[in-house]
Amino acid sequence: MSAPLLSVTGLHKHFGGIAATDGLSLEIADGEFHALIGPNGAGKTTLIAQLSGLLLPDAGSIRFAGRDITDWPAAARAHAGLARSFQLTSVFNDFTCLDNVALAVQAHAGHSFRLWAPARDDPALREPARRVLDEVGLGERADVLAGNLAHGEQRQLEIAMALATSPRLLLLDEPTAGMGGADSERMTAYLQSLRGRCSMLLVEHDMDAVFALADRITVLVYGRAVASGTAQEIRANAEVRQAYLGEDD
Amino acid sequence: MDWVLLIEQCLNGFQLGVLLFLIAAGLTLTFGIMDFVNLAHGSLYMLGAFFCATLTLWTDSFLLGVLLGLPAVLAAGMLIEVTTLRTLYQRHHLDHVLATFGLILFFNELVQVIWPLDGLRVPFPPAFDGSVPLILGIEYSAFRLLIIVVGLAVAAGLWFLVARTRIGMLVRAGAANPAMVSALGVNIRLLFTFVFGLGAALAGLAGMLVLPILGANSGMGEQIIILAFVVVVVGGIGSIRGAFIAALVTGLIDTLGRSFLDVLLLAFLPTNAAEAAGPALSSMLIYIFMVVVLFLRPQGLFPPGR
Amino acid sequence: MSALLPASPRAWFAAVVLALCAAMPVIAGAIDEPYYMDIFARMMIWAIAAVSLNLILGYGGMISFGHALYLGLGGYTVGICSYYGIDSALVQWPLALVIAALVALAFGAISLRTRGVYFIMITMALAQMVYFLAVSAEEYGSDDGLVIYTRSELGGGFDLNEPLHLYYTIFGCLLLALYFTRRLVASRFGMVIRGVQSNETRMETLGFATLRYRLAAFVIAGVMCAAAGVLSANVEKFVSPDALHWTRSGELIFMVVLGGMGSLFGPVAGALAFWLLAEVLSRFTEHWHLVFGPFLLLVILFARSGIDGLFGTRDDAG
Repeated sequence: MSAPLLSVTGLHKHFGGIAATDGLSLEIADGEFHALIGPNGAGKTTLIAQLSGLLLPDAGSIRFAGRDITDWPAAARAHAGLARSFQLTSVFNDFTCLDNVALAVQAHAGHSFRLWAPARDDPALREPARRVLDEVGLGERADVLAGNLAHGEQRQLEIAMALATSPRLLLLDEPTAGMGGADSERMTAYLQSLRGRCSMLLVEHDMDAVFALADRITVLVYGRAVASGTAQEIRANAEVRQAYLGEDD
Repeated sequence: MDWVLLIEQCLNGFQLGVLLFLIAAGLTLTFGIMDFVNLAHGSLYMLGAFFCATLTLWTDSFLLGVLLGLPAVLAAGMLIEVTTLRTLYQRHHLDHVLATFGLILFFNELVQVIWPLDGLRVPFPPAFDGSVPLILGIEYSAFRLLIIVVGLAVAAGLWFLVARTRIGMLVRAGAANPAMVSALGVNIRLLFTFVFGLGAALAGLAGMLVLPILGANSGMGEQIIILAFVVVVVGGIGSIRGAFIAALVTGLIDTLGRSFLDVLLLAFLPTNAAEAAGPALSSMLIYIFMVVVLFLRPQGLFPPGR
Repeated sequence: MSALLPASPRAWFAAVVLALCAAMPVIAGAIDEPYYMDIFARMMIWAIAAVSLNLILGYGGMISFGHALYLGLGGYTVGICSYYGIDSALVQWPLALVIAALVALAFGAISLRTRGVYFIMITMALAQMVYFLAVSAEEYGSDDGLVIYTRSELGGGFDLNEPLHLYYTIFGCLLLALYFTRRLVASRFGMVIRGVQSNETRMETLGFATLRYRLAAFVIAGVMCAAAGVLSANVEKFVSPDALHWTRSGELIFMVVLGGMGSLFGPVAGALAFWLLAEVLSRFTEHWHLVFGPFLLLVILFARSGIDGLFGTRDDAG
C-alpha cells in the first residue's frame, strides 16, 4: 500500500474557547476523490484553510507528498502541488478571465521578476490559460472582466484558476455553492472528468455531487471526523444518516 | 549619578507620557471602534489649546478656561464627525487619511485667521505657579505635577467608564464587533459620534494642559500626532490599556533619551562622535523603539482580543 | 502612422499635456515670462515623484505615508556630495539611487510585514525618523537646509546651469519614468503587484510569495522618487528637512489620488492640478489653505477616481 498523498494527523485549532478543529485525522490516497461533509459550523472551511496554509494549526501535522508541510506558507504549498478554490468566490475582479487564469499559470512558470516584456503577449502564459478556460466552459468569456461574470461562471473561474496550476491535489470548498440545478450538474460532470489528472478533496453540501464524485467520504462534526469510509459505507451508516443525512433530506 | 536629574527627568517623562495618553486614547478608540484613521486628531488638541486660551484670557481663570473649553472641544469634535467624517467609515483607510489631512490644512489656517498669527500664550494659573518640594530636596514644577495628577485621574476615569459602565460595555462591544452591536438595536451612529467626541475632548484636554507651557500655535498638532500614532501602534490598536502603558514608556524613553543618551554615548564613543550622534539618535530613539516592538509583535503590545 | 496617434480621449489628454510641457520653454520665451518654465520644471519633478508613488500606491495598494523621504534622500545626496566638493553627476546620481535603494530595502523589509493602519503609521514614523536625523545634522544646515552652490556636472556638453538643458533633462526623465512604468505595469512583475492589490490571499494561494515582489516594487518606487529628488536639488540649489516631512508625503499621496490612482498618466495630471491649484489659490489669499483643505476633502468625498476618472472607466486595467 503506497503512502497516502495527504495525511492529516491529530489536527487542532482553537479560536478563543472554541475548538474549530478537534483532533482531526484524515488520509487521501494518490488519485482518490475524497469528500468532506458535515453540518454548518463543523469546521470544514477551517480545515481547508489549514491545509492550504492560510491558517496554522495549534497542534497536529499535515504531510503531503511525503513531506511535512504543517508550517509551510501558502505559496510553498501551492508549489508542492496543492491548489485550492474558495467557497466565497475569490478572483481578481478587475482582470479578465484570461488574465485571472494566466496569473495562475504565471505563479508556476518560474519567478516573476520580469519587468519588461508584456505579460499579456506571452504565449507561455496565454496558451495554457486559454486551454483551461475552454475546458471549464468559459472559453467564450475569456475577455470579460471577472467581476462582470454571472455567479455560476465565477465558480467555474475559481476551478479554472486552481486547475491552471497543474496541482496534484485540488482542495475544492463548495464548488457548486449558490449554483442552480443545471449549472451544478455541469460542474459535477466536469469535476468527474478530472479523474486521473489529480486527486481531490471536496467540501460539499450537495449530496448528489458528493455521491457522484467521491471514492471515500469523511463526515465532520464539531471539528472531528466521526465517520470515514467509502460512499456505500457512509450511506449505510445509520448514525450518519440520522445525524446528518437525515437532516439534509 | 545625578539622582536629582534622573528623578526630575522621570517625572518629565511621566508628564509627557500622560499627555500622550490623553491624545492616544481618543485615537485608539476611533481606530479600534470605527476603524477610522484620524490624522486630524492633532487639530482637536490644537483647538483645545486655543479655546482654553481664549476663555482663560477672557475670564481671567485657567480653571474656567478648561471647564468651559472642554464642552467646546467636545462639541467641535462631534460637529466634525457628523458633518464630514461620518460618510467615510465605510471607505478605505486611505480615504480617511486624505480627508483628515485636508482637515488639518484647514484648521491650521483657520486658527491663524481667527486668532493672532503667532498664537496665544497664557500665564501659569497662580495656584500652580511655582514648585513643590519632593523627596531628596527636589523642587518640581507644581503645574507639571498637576498634569500628571490630572492625567492619571482621567486615565482612571476612562478605565472606569470603559470597564464598568454600560456605555463602556457598548464601546468595547463596538470595538470587537460593530455589526453585532448594531444588530442588537444600539444606535451605532450615536455611539460612534460619542466615541469621537470623547476622543476629541481628551485630546483637547491635553492641549489645555500643555497651554501654559507651550502656548497655543498653528501646527502644534502635527508635532505631537506622530508620537501619538507611535503610542497607539505600539500599544495595540484599539487597546486603551495598551495606549496607557505605551504612552508612559514612550514619554520616558523620549525624555530620558534626550537627557541621558549623550552621557551614555560618551562612555562608548569619542567626544566628537558622541556630540554629533547624540541629538540625532535621541530624537530617533522612540522610532527605533517602535520598529523593534513591531518587529517582535506586529500587532502591538496589548492588541484587544477580537 | 495611425499607431502613433492617440487612440482615446485619455491618450489625447496625456499627449496634449506632455506637448505643453515640451513646448513650455518656447511659450515662456514668447510671452516673456521665464517664470513659467520654472513652475513647469517643478511640476514635472513632482510628477515624477507622483508616478513613483503611484506604482506602489495606485497599482500596488501600499499606502506609504513616508514616500517623500526618498525625495529628501536624493536631494541630500546631491547636497552633501556637493558640500564635500563632489560635483560630478556620474558620482552623485548613482550614489543617490543606491542609497535610496538600500533605505527602501531596509524600511520596506520592516514595514511590508505589517498591514493596513500599521503600515501607514510605520512608514510615517520611519520617514519622520529620517526627518529628525536631517534636522539634527548641524553640519548640513539642520532646519535651515543646505545650500547647493554647484549644480551636478553632467559633462558631454550638457550644462545644467543652462535653463534649457536643465528643463529638458527633467522632461526627459519624466518621459523615461512614464515609459518605464508602462512597461513595468504590463509585465509579469506588474501583474503580480496588481494582483496583490486586488486579492492578496488569492495570490498567496496561487503560489506567489508576495512579500518579495512588494518589496521589489517598494525599492523601485523609492529609487524613482530619489531621482526626482536629485533633479529637485538641481533646480532649487537647495535641500532642507522639509522635503522629508510626513506632510510632504501626504501631498504626494494627494497628487496620486487627485490624478486617479492606478492610471498611467494620472499622477502627472494630479501633480499638475495640485500645483496649479495651489499657485492660483495662493494668489488670491495667503490663507489659501482654508480653501485647499476643504477642496481635498471634497475630492475624497465626491470625486474619488480623480482626473482619470473623468474619462470614464478604463477598458483594461492601466
